Amino acid sequence: MSVLELHDVHKLFGDNHVLKGVDLTIDEHEVVVVIGASGSGKSTLMRTINLIERVDDGRILLSGDDITDPAVDVDKVRARIGVVFQHFNLFPHMRVIDNVTLAARKVHGTDPAVARDRAIGLLEKFGLGEKVRDYPDRLSGGQQQRVAIVRAIMTDPELLLLDEITSALDPMLVGEVLDLVRDLKAQGSTMLMATHEMSFARSVADRIVFMHGGRPLEIGPPEQIFGDPQQPETREFLARVTHR
Amino acid sequence: MTDRAATEAWEPSSLELERRLARKRASRRSVLIALVSTVVFAAVAGWAVLSSPGWEDVQQAFFNPEVAKDAFPKILEGLWLNIRVLFFATIAVAVVATLLAVMRSLRGPVWFPLRALATGYTDLFRGLPVLIVLYLVGFGIPALNPENRISVAVLGTIGITLCYSAYVAEVLRAGMEAVHPSQRIAARSLGLSHAKTLRLVVIPQALRKVVPALMNDFVSMQKDVGLISVLGAVDAVRAAQIATASTYNFTPYVVAGLLFVAMSFPMIRLTDHVSARMAAREQQGGTV
Repeated sequence: MSVLELHDVHKLFGDNHVLKGVDLTIDEHEVVVVIGASGSGKSTLMRTINLIERVDDGRILLSGDDITDPAVDVDKVRARIGVVFQHFNLFPHMRVIDNVTLAARKVHGTDPAVARDRAIGLLEKFGLGEKVRDYPDRLSGGQQQRVAIVRAIMTDPELLLLDEITSALDPMLVGEVLDLVRDLKAQGSTMLMATHEMSFARSVADRIVFMHGGRPLEIGPPEQIFGDPQQPETREFLARVTHR
Repeated sequence: MTDRAATEAWEPSSLELERRLARKRASRRSVLIALVSTVVFAAVAGWAVLSSPGWEDVQQAFFNPEVAKDAFPKILEGLWLNIRVLFFATIAVAVVATLLAVMRSLRGPVWFPLRALATGYTDLFRGLPVLIVLYLVGFGIPALNPENRISVAVLGTIGITLCYSAYVAEVLRAGMEAVHPSQRIAARSLGLSHAKTLRLVVIPQALRKVVPALMNDFVSMQKDVGLISVLGAVDAVRAAQIATASTYNFTPYVVAGLLFVAMSFPMIRLTDHVSARMAAREQQGGTV
């Protein structure tokens, strides 16, 4: 069964029709990367899936459950999805360990000791073992974003949303975050990711979605999108971002 | 524009229409529940008061329509004095508090005396009860110069201004400190002086941050102008007191209280509205 299915999703902000009928399916263990110019609807798409924005039409299914049904408990849905933001959004008044275990302890009812062990295991695995007791402001941007990713995967979400997670980082620090994403892919995480890092998109994605004017204009494997784009808009966009 | 054409062509699907209907039904249900629970609550509260043994006496002493009607004109006249005091005190507080806040934010050793003065002032007047300040100003200043009589309303305005300037100055200063340091750095990097940085960059942003707190202080001041009655100024509270003394009935106080509530009500609602709008702007859409 598909982890995520979007059927004809629309979103309007007043007269501004941002999503104009998005159809998209993501299978288990699949990594789908969304590319497109600013304003093409990438972020809005992510926000509708996380139910931060309410869709104005269409249906979104998470592992078969209609999460756009008005009767649905949005907190329960969000607990099943991990999100990593552009600006990390770690809680500055909590230590790394408390940031990471918060949802497990307070939402999923995991025993604090169990949550703690799992969190330390994950942090050590991703080279953050030294930082467990630190506050976020003591960490570099790359470290903060890695902590944010650990926070998002801590509760084994069915789907991971990564919204331009390297856009606020120094070029020097982008690599360490992207390496972590590669590790997650190797472990079989299902991910939907918006990014401007084209070479990374090419190497990590199973499928690329090119958003243009509020619609997925072209969807396909990276070799096709980057090697032989079918749409003139896709070609133009790629020429601009890759300076060819 | 193909975009526009697509928007015009788009009609909500039957699925979306069904969803909207479901949401409407859910919101109608919650309105109904709110209505029922409010009626039940009001009925219980009303019954508890009306069935208490002393209710008839209380009604006579506090809610006597005859007494209320007789006292109303005088109390309203008194309220006009409160409004005038409020008007002038608000202007004075705005000026004095801004000066104090700027004085406290001055950097450099030369300004130490001003800084210390402002700090001492805010410490003192935030600690002093308003009533004591009013007594000291109201009876102290006239004693300095017994020849010239200053109106008690003016003295009351001064007393209120002294107290509230200290509070408002601290709110303003907190707002100025809440403006991110990078804003100051950016302004100074453009070559603006400390004073120009404050005036053109920091204070405009600070004010926006503290508008709800300032409005809250204003609401608080609206009722505290009633305290000038202790100096003998015939404001709404004093007028009610006089009426009570002649009728042995407390209804005039209730009338004065209701008038004060009525006076502050628009401001309270406006404060809520402004706060909500500012919160919405920071949220930038989204329904978390």
